[in-house]
Amino acid sequence: MIRVENITKRFGNYPALHGIDLEIQPGEFIALLGPSGSGKTTLLRIIAGLEFQDEGHVHFNGDDVSDIPVGKRNVGFVFQQYALFRHMTVADNIAFGLTVRKASRRPAKAEIKARAQELLRVVQLEGLGDRYPGQLSGGQRQRVALARALAIEPSLLLLDEPFGALDAKVRKDLRRWLRDLHKQMGLTSIFVTHDQEEALELADRVVVMDHGRIDQIGTPEQVYMEPATAFVSHFVGETNRLPDGRHIRPHDFEIAAHGRDRVLVDNVFRKGGSWRVEGRLEEDGTIIEIDVDAHEAPPAIGDTVTIAARRERTFSNPGD
Amino acid sequence: MPSMTTRKASWRAPSVLPGFGLTFGFTLAWLSLIVLIPLSMLFIKSAGMGWQSFVDVGFSDRALTAYRLSFGTALAAAFVNAVFGLLVAWVLVRYAFPGKRVISALVDLPFALPTAVAGIALTALYAPSGWVGQYLDPLGIKVAFTPIGITVALIFIGLPFVVRSVEPVLADLGKDVEEAAATLGANRAQTFARVIFPAILPALFTGFALAFARGVGEYGSVIFISGNMPGRTEIAPLLIVTQLEQYNYDGATAIAMVMMLVSFAVLFTLNAVQSIRRRRLGA
Repeated sequence: MIRVENITKRFGNYPALHGIDLEIQPGEFIALLGPSGSGKTTLLRIIAGLEFQDEGHVHFNGDDVSDIPVGKRNVGFVFQQYALFRHMTVADNIAFGLTVRKASRRPAKAEIKARAQELLRVVQLEGLGDRYPGQLSGGQRQRVALARALAIEPSLLLLDEPFGALDAKVRKDLRRWLRDLHKQMGLTSIFVTHDQEEALELADRVVVMDHGRIDQIGTPEQVYMEPATAFVSHFVGETNRLPDGRHIRPHDFEIAAHGRDRVLVDNVFRKGGSWRVEGRLEEDGTIIEIDVDAHEAPPAIGDTVTIAARRERTFSNPGD
Repeated sequence: MPSMTTRKASWRAPSVLPGFGLTFGFTLAWLSLIVLIPLSMLFIKSAGMGWQSFVDVGFSDRALTAYRLSFGTALAAAFVNAVFGLLVAWVLVRYAFPGKRVISALVDLPFALPTAVAGIALTALYAPSGWVGQYLDPLGIKVAFTPIGITVALIFIGLPFVVRSVEPVLADLGKDVEEAAATLGANRAQTFARVIFPAILPALFTGFALAFARGVGEYGSVIFISGNMPGRTEIAPLLIVTQLEQYNYDGATAIAMVMMLVSFAVLFTLNAVQSIRRRRLGA
């Protein structure tokens, strides 16, 4: 179990993290979700030992590792830009963590080689062991970085924006694949992302962060359906904020005669399985997005419709 | 149905970047004017002297000793510069300290200083009666007027080449690569030897080649500290000047020819090694 206790970190005068507490169970897949500047990457790096907290402690399985350097924490870290060793072959990259071990703990050469081959198979790059990273595509490099991190049999796998640099299709494939790999290998993993869709799809639990604080920790279902703060509500999934402070998701609106808000329709287009209706509140021009089931007829552009909320939330702290 | 056009066969790849014809023509003309025509004069001149007399002068004992001295000391100096230039670049890139800009400017000084000034200063320092020489002399180490002195002068001259070649590459080397090595359990020495050093090796190589090339051709700083004893501390460029002063233009040309061919072969080889490396990395 990983326990993070009251972590505080400042960069000069800039407070990056304030009193973060977090517990992670073995086998969990955790997403640290937040906008840039929310402190999510700093927290990940502190857990890894690449950055040191000003206050607080990090425990791995009950041991305080706060003062243990990164190389001794046995964590696998996948960097945003992969950070592969460009002058080494893919197989040598993967084997690096084993070859730098002290002679007493280092497996035999043949064993290291076999291990690298096995990992190449795990990340589906068999036969590419002799290539150099410069000869691979982005998605392939990403998987090499992952294999390299897994080679040291880490007790914890940390991924910093693992899909950030990839195009949409590759991203989606890798996402599913990583999810399977995590389960298959029984890993405990934490990944950082600013993409709420990615967090909701992959994680067992999502940690939503903002301005160096945790706003909410919960399952994807919880953070989406029961956002704890106004920030979570509009950062995770789409939300309309009405002038009276109500937060309503586009799919929680219905176009109905009994509604009390009147909306002038500016645009209608198909978005996946539904119609997206964009309009403005007649009252004060607030932009409103509404999802209408694809089987129903959408309103026409220029119409004025009445809408009602099937589900709405209000927050004591309206947020920014 | 797309229209079919046949592109005229061409020896260069099609490119959207304009101006290839103009710039390539200008490059060729410029290179010819500045490099190729003067150098071809060497060929023409030495071709006129006949093979036998070319060999006699170009490969005389005195000339051979001078080549050995020139290339040997240049090589030694380039090696020393590779080591210490790397160190200087390392410090300049990776640490912030007061006076960093001053030190950085000092590195370039050998570029700007008249080489004769460097030669005279070094001779004054390393002569048996000089500030440094007076302590080395009792130990039996003679620097001025020996090949060691020549090497010292060439180290002075070549330092900026290594520092300025390595510096940008070192600065460019991402912090994340080192962090990756650290997360994988590598210690500092392993990280340097297996991650950082191989990454900057090509730049170090370039700096080494430049320092070497500069050392081979260096004249001004060396003639003061070397003592210019024929057969012992006479470098090849000096031998050429000596020949010229004796109105032996053919002799000077022959020696120049040999030096040029050897230098070109060395530089060409270094470049070839580099481009093979680059291709292998797929960069």
